[in-house]
Amino acid sequence: MSENTKTLEVSVWRGTQEGGAFETFSVPAQESQTVLDVVSWIQQSADPTLTYRYACRVGMCGSCAMMVNGQPRWTCRTHVSRVLDGNRLEIAPLRNLPVIKDLAADMDPFFDKWIKAGGVHRPSRTRHEPIQEVSPEEPGRVEANKAIECINCSVCYAACDTVAGNEDYLGPAALQRAWTLYNDEKVQDRGAILDAVSGSDGCLNCHTQGSCTRYCPNELDPLSAIAGLKRAVATSFFRRRA
Amino acid sequence: MLDLRLYMAQRLSAMVMAPLVLGHIAVMVYAIQGGLSTAEILGRTQGSIPWLLFYGTFVLAVSVHAAIGLRVIVHETTGLRGRGLRIFTWGTGIVLLMMGARAVAAVTML
Ligand code: SF4
Ligand code: SF4
Ligand code: FES
Repeated sequence: MSENTKTLEVSVWRGTQEGGAFETFSVPAQESQTVLDVVSWIQQSADPTLTYRYACRVGMCGSCAMMVNGQPRWTCRTHVSRVLDGNRLEIAPLRNLPVIKDLAADMDPFFDKWIKAGGVHRPSRTRHEPIQEVSPEEPGRVEANKAIECINCSVCYAACDTVAGNEDYLGPAALQRAWTLYNDEKVQDRGAILDAVSGSDGCLNCHTQGSCTRYCPNELDPLSAIAGLKRAVATSFFRRRA
Repeated sequence: MLDLRLYMAQRLSAMVMAPLVLGHIAVMVYAIQGGLSTAEILGRTQGSIPWLLFYGTFVLAVSVHAAIGLRVIVHETTGLRGRGLRIFTWGTGIVLLMMGARAVAAVTML
């Protein structure tokens, strides 16, 4: 097949937090090849010491995100043909996160902020009370539903220039999660959520340029969620003073 | 680097500034179209409490707004934080306020 005679020039970041460099590999092109297929081919056929991360390969687990030609992508669902620059690919670890080794970014800061933004569910009832009924049509539930497909891939976090400039900024995914909980009928203490997201590292620092929404592979909209949080926080400013 | 207080101060100062900017532009256009001389302008502004309040409020709002805006830019581009950033924010606000107050005093005081 003529498809198989073509090769891709793939530059892959090799190194750790201390430093590193791009290393170029020639990879046979295939039909319907994903970026993750390319990385796996390198690890299996060219250099078994290449470190990277993936699990589901179907866009469910959120572990395979990398920078591809300078843009954050979920590599298991990104077709090479859609991102190829000539016959070149440049693959690097996710932006805005420390590097463990090669293509594996350290996700700890991303998840630490998820918790810091109040992302842990705090139930308002105990297991001994009856289950609270929630109508799927209730407006808060409808709003909360918009973001529940987040797979924690950190693509939005890597795309966010505010995170790049302010390392404490909680980032789009964590703030979107806070907005989901804020709208969740089962959550009682809304004030605690607003407190968690309105500090000097919180939603008020978002520049509203929307790279998060542009790059989210699940087509979620953290930008609008953050706008909702800003409105809620600003309203509470007057209400709490009154 | 914006907490709720700073964020609200910046938004509220912007809301104050918006009509004042329009008023200021209207005054500029009027003064130039009407061909008012410097002496004629000063004749109207000096000793005028309304002009003192108009431009005094303007200067105050600008000082607050610009100091907070520059604070964000400086933090995100240079990484300055903590005490240094606080000093920068207050310093910018105070310098702008003093410069503006001088100008307002010069045209509205007798
Ligand atoms: S809209 Fe806000 S959260 Fe989204 S990428 Fe821009 S600054 Fe970051
Ligand atoms: S919001 Fe989208 S890009 Fe961000 S972590 Fe969730 S799924 Fe990934
Ligand atoms: S490997 Fe699970 S989302 Fe890509």
